[in-house]
Amino acid sequence: MVSVPSDQRQAAALAPESVKILVAGGFGVGKTTMVASVSEIPPLSTEELLTEASDGIDDLAGIEGKTTTTVALDFGRITISPKLVMYLFGTPGQDRFWFMWDELARGAIGAIVLIDTRRLDASFAAIDFFERREIPFVVGINHFDGAEHRYEPEEIRTALAISPGIPIVPCDARKRDASKLILIRLIEHAMSRLPAQASA
Amino acid sequence: MTGDETQWFDEAAGPLVRPYAMTGGRTRPGAAWLDVATQVVTVPSASERLGLGPEHQAILDLCHRALSVAELASYVNVPLVVIKVLISDLMDRGDVVVRPPAQALQAPGRDLLQAVLDGVRAL
Ligand SMILES: Nc1nc2c(ncn2[C@@H]2O[C@H](COP(=O)(O)OP(=O)(O)OP(=O)(O)O)[C@@H](O)[C@H]2O)c(=O)[nH]1
Ligand SMILES: [Mg+2]
Repeated sequence: MVSVPSDQRQAAALAPESVKILVAGGFGVGKTTMVASVSEIPPLSTEELLTEASDGIDDLAGIEGKTTTTVALDFGRITISPKLVMYLFGTPGQDRFWFMWDELARGAIGAIVLIDTRRLDASFAAIDFFERREIPFVVGINHFDGAEHRYEPEEIRTALAISPGIPIVPCDARKRDASKLILIRLIEHAMSRLPAQASA
Repeated sequence: MTGDETQWFDEAAGPLVRPYAMTGGRTRPGAAWLDVATQVVTVPSASERLGLGPEHQAILDLCHRALSVAELASYVNVPLVVIKVLISDLMDRGDVVVRPPAQALQAPGRDLLQAVLDGVRAL
């Protein structure tokens, strides 16, 4: 076995544990707004470079430069303690970028899927994605100004065929407390789905 | 070659050229498992910076405190795929160490979730 130099060990001791939560949903549903409302830093953005060879990306018609395009990814950070940091990732809702969620979702606590009640179907792909992969998620209903009808959670459940166990929470992504509450609901939901605790 | 999707690129060189210049056109198997939330920290003795490009240097300067792969990509202003290769170079040199997310392959366990829950409640 190779011994690790002590300064490497020292550096490693500085690295906190990290956890991820995804903020998903269709175009313009309030993902970045929610990340911003709870993040300790203004949301950062980065991008992933896609080539035509990337999985399933064959419909980049119209993108100049032919070989590549980029997908923007917003994220925020919540330092829970010097030993634990949480990241919130929001990414575009276009169907053609869903494969990106596979990497993002790996090892994540779960996802918050936001819904704009004026365009319910915009978030259907996200719900379907997490349901299929059995990734814990909760649904947040953003009541945008101009929405004619204030949906009750059970109406949304029926309209989008959301499974009975999935929490559906009215929220306002602009409000820190509402975003905090939905994070709490998600973590509690993820805990409720853990296998029953072994007695050890 | 307009539009914000491509504004990151070297205008004269066009797409692909700049990431290739920075990474030497390499893709690295070691880079693929770096998660967006993986923590990166500079090793204190990392000193000989000969042969390192400005992006490598920027990573070493930023990581005196731990930062995630995603934060580094954002601060250094390169795509994720590029930052992963650069970090992987520095790992090979022993200049940085990384800590993958708590549960790199499966969902986090009960104790960790409880710690996160307590933390979020206390925000
Ligand atoms: N009334 C209301 N408006 C909201 C809410 N959340 C977001 N908005 C507004 O909706 C607009 C779009 O919000 P964004 O956070 O940019 O949405 P997004 O999902 O990140 O959008 P894309 O990244 O483009 O898909 C902004 O003008 C927000 O201020 C909400 O809960 N209620
Ligand atoms: Mg956004």
